[in-house]
Amino acid sequence: MGKTIVEKIFSLASGKDVYAKDIVVAKVDAAMAHDGTALLAIEAFEDMGGKNVWDPSRIVLVIDHVAPSSNENFAKVHEVMRSFARKYGVRIYDVGSGICHQVMVESGHVGPGSLIVGADSHTCTYGALGAFATGIGSTEMAAVFATGRIWLRIPQTIKMNVTGRFQEFVTPKDLILYIIGKVGADGAIYKAIEFTGPTIREMNVSGRLTLCNMVVEMGAKNGIIEPDEKTIEYIKSRVNKPFKVFRSDPDAKYYEVMEFNVDSLEPMVACPHSVDNVKPVKSVEGVEIDQAFLGSCTNGRLEDLEVAARILKGRRIKRGVRMIVTPASTQVYLEAVKRGLIEIFIRAGACVSNPTCGACFGGHMGLLASGEVCISSSNRNFVGRMGSPEAMIYLASPATVAASAVEGKITDPRRFSERSI
Amino acid sequence: MRVYGKAIKYGDNINTDAIIPSKYLTTLDPNEWAKHAMEGIDLDFPRKAREGVIIVAGRNFGCGSSREQASQALKHAGVKCILAESFARIFYRNAINIGLPVLETPGVTAKVNEGDILSVYLDEGKVVNESSGEIIFANSLPSFILEIIRDGGLIEHLIKVIGGKGE
Repeated sequence: MGKTIVEKIFSLASGKDVYAKDIVVAKVDAAMAHDGTALLAIEAFEDMGGKNVWDPSRIVLVIDHVAPSSNENFAKVHEVMRSFARKYGVRIYDVGSGICHQVMVESGHVGPGSLIVGADSHTCTYGALGAFATGIGSTEMAAVFATGRIWLRIPQTIKMNVTGRFQEFVTPKDLILYIIGKVGADGAIYKAIEFTGPTIREMNVSGRLTLCNMVVEMGAKNGIIEPDEKTIEYIKSRVNKPFKVFRSDPDAKYYEVMEFNVDSLEPMVACPHSVDNVKPVKSVEGVEIDQAFLGSCTNGRLEDLEVAARILKGRRIKRGVRMIVTPASTQVYLEAVKRGLIEIFIRAGACVSNPTCGACFGGHMGLLASGEVCISSSNRNFVGRMGSPEAMIYLASPATVAASAVEGKITDPRRFSERSI
Repeated sequence: MRVYGKAIKYGDNINTDAIIPSKYLTTLDPNEWAKHAMEGIDLDFPRKAREGVIIVAGRNFGCGSSREQASQALKHAGVKCILAESFARIFYRNAINIGLPVLETPGVTAKVNEGDILSVYLDEGKVVNESSGEIIFANSLPSFILEIIRDGGLIEHLIKVIGGKGE
């Protein structure tokens, strides 16, 4: 019987001929933890009496959630992580390197065909490069550190076939928000999402990362996109270990096939307080905002900063609104500086921070007070996510975030279309 | 294995930011976690849970972030078991890994009222509502998962199985 990409990756990782719904013990190719989850993982590892990690070259620690530390508690966590890295010889990306998921893909830790686990729910991001990648908890990660293995139930795959061309200022973020709105917060529980179709083939790696990043918001186990020349182009200067390009067989069995066409897709917004409370931007235009946040593992890449800069160039952010721009990594930040994007943001009145998760999860760098409204390019808008439980968070694309910052209220970015670049 | 307690009910999509807000992620103190459990949606929870309770919830319980502190907070606050229409997968695994029983129990929200006394027989996946007399069948757990829970969690289980060595 034919196999999906996910089934093929699991067959390789388990050394068995396996299919969806089988439970296997799989070899892990890479494991990652950050300063929100590493503390518990390290403690559990020590509790186990672990003398050595299974393979230091396959473990990555990243200090990103509260980087630099905003209080003594996080400073202590960072110290524990550095100490662990020194003791066991594992790689650690320290303050300022960037958000874990961006660092993992940029620095070549993700090869197509690999099986990767991360102590973070957005680990599913790496599926954009044709890997199986999923989030796990800290205790589980301790067991992975020790054994290099994990038991997993192979997910059935929902194929999402995408056709059509995006209008100007309509982006992959709008597509994934639309999909989540349709499928629901638990509509894809335990499933793998395989994105296919000409629109996906046309999409650059940055957009693919955005799509896969947010599948967890539908309850999915992972997202995945078959590698192609764009994937190879991205990884060839980054990945220096063997990798495997898997494709789904024509007779592979899917749980469901869904079709999406983006020709008339509008900019979408996830309204408070759930990610599946998705509406076209038109229906929330005019809602006044206090803060605009451009960043996160979802949309903090160069391409995201570029589209926002196109709107902000030569303009000012509305008086009374603050805009926080947090590039996803040092590489992104540096390239943005070279291209003059950072200057555009600063001249527009935005506040540009070092790479970090920052405001996205309410750690630091832009929390909200009671009653405040934020439009954000991040991935969650739960009550209290960015500070006060009485704040309101709208999720949107970088273009919508930038347009809204200029107007001081939620704004359809296509209103800026007539302006030449 | 049997657990026993009073039911506390919640709805759908209870997320882990609500179960334990991010500012509490830096502590290793279980008492701190317990004190702030469910702080995002129910400030009264620590008081209610202290006597030993069973959470009965709707769909997608524990969605959102992978933070294990969420299941730890509930366990240390007094939650003996969680019965839900469905669980978010990372939370589900985390709960098992720290020895907090979780059972996918379709139809549970219609058959249990707030305050009902429940007995949960984990091996059989059977829930007895002692207050109404009704029996509800959950999706029973595979035996290796029951073993992890019986041992008190993944670490305890691995120590038993591997004899405390790192490999």
